[in-house]
Amino acid sequence: MASGVRPRVKAPRSAEAGEVVTIKTLISHKMESGQRKDSDGNTIPRSIIHRFTCEFNGTSIIDVKMFPAISTNPYFEFDAKIPEAGDMVFTWYDDDGDVYTTTKTVKVA
Amino acid sequence: MKISAMTAIAAVLFSVPGLVSADADDDQLVINGEIEMTTKTEPPAHLDGALPEIISGWHFRADETQALQMDDFDNSGMIFVDEGRAQWNEVAGSEGKSCASCHEDPSSMEGVRATYPKWDEDAGEVQTVAMQINDCRENNMGAEPYGYTSTEMANMEALIALQSRGMPVDVAIDGPVRETWEEGKEIYYTRFGQLELSCANCHEQNYGNRIRSDHLSQGQINGFPVYRMKNAKLNTVHARFKGCVRDTRAETFKPGSDEFVALELYVASRGNGLSVEGPSVRN
Repeated sequence: MASGVRPRVKAPRSAEAGEVVTIKTLISHKMESGQRKDSDGNTIPRSIIHRFTCEFNGTSIIDVKMFPAISTNPYFEFDAKIPEAGDMVFTWYDDDGDVYTTTKTVKVA
Repeated sequence: MKISAMTAIAAVLFSVPGLVSADADDDQLVINGEIEMTTKTEPPAHLDGALPEIISGWHFRADETQALQMDDFDNSGMIFVDEGRAQWNEVAGSEGKSCASCHEDPSSMEGVRATYPKWDEDAGEVQTVAMQINDCRENNMGAEPYGYTSTEMANMEALIALQSRGMPVDVAIDGPVRETWEEGKEIYYTRFGQLELSCANCHEQNYGNRIRSDHLSQGQINGFPVYRMKNAKLNTVHARFKGCVRDTRAETFKPGSDEFVALELYVASRGNGLSVEGPSVRN
């Protein structure tokens, strides 16, 4: 696992049925582009998060492909409609094969 | 026809000076909707009228930048607080200790950021938080000291500053620290470099004005360590001092040097009464 990777999600704990809520996500990651060289002139290999998804009770809310121009600590903010109570699963896919997952449970008031 | 219309628009734009007003704004800094911060207040008595009001650098930034500091999720400095917390619990050095071994939870550091730099009786000198951290690492943990302005040091300073967030800066300037404080004041008002600029030329006489495209603040350090968007990392007080002195085209003092420690004490005391903001967000 790349060092210092920590996913963070801010989502409401509860919502009205059918309410549109704002979700913020951030994952700390160096997002090494593969374009840079170290002090000895060797290319630093690419190491980025290349995909981010969010699913709500198995339904895809957002599915994002990322490329090397994305800066460090990628942040996503998006709106989602909450039709019912359930689990929101956030997944980040790292170039090195690691997958980071966070789940947030949303109650319907 | 088209040209005259454009000229008219341009004339309107240039005739409204308030549109790009550069003075500190009157926004209110409330963090996470609950911590109310003091970002403008009466100057401490020792300033003797040099500033009519002391103002946090937060007021000199654009609304978008200000908003980033109003919610911990949006404050990128908090990423480094998390890293600082991991360092806090990490055993290092020959004694097999971490910070947590002695100090337990980081909340034991409450109030520290607000009163430093301060006199250390054992060392017989003024010490900064960074010096204390390295003193602990070397003498209590048997570990390698952090570089004075390193990422690890900034992370740890951010974690410690966070424990005092919202508390007023209250640095002592009398008693044994007086001599160092006077040295710091001397440096503050001394012109350095080919441009012959003192700290006061920009941050006391011209705050609110622009130096090229940059909006000059009062140079208060209550928000350090600062997450700066220009380099996407935390910046320490001494690194900032170094950058400022370099910009006067002078040979700078070294981070951690006696000169910068004295200057830090003096500049901190100019902000006595402002809330500790670290880690703050600036551009």
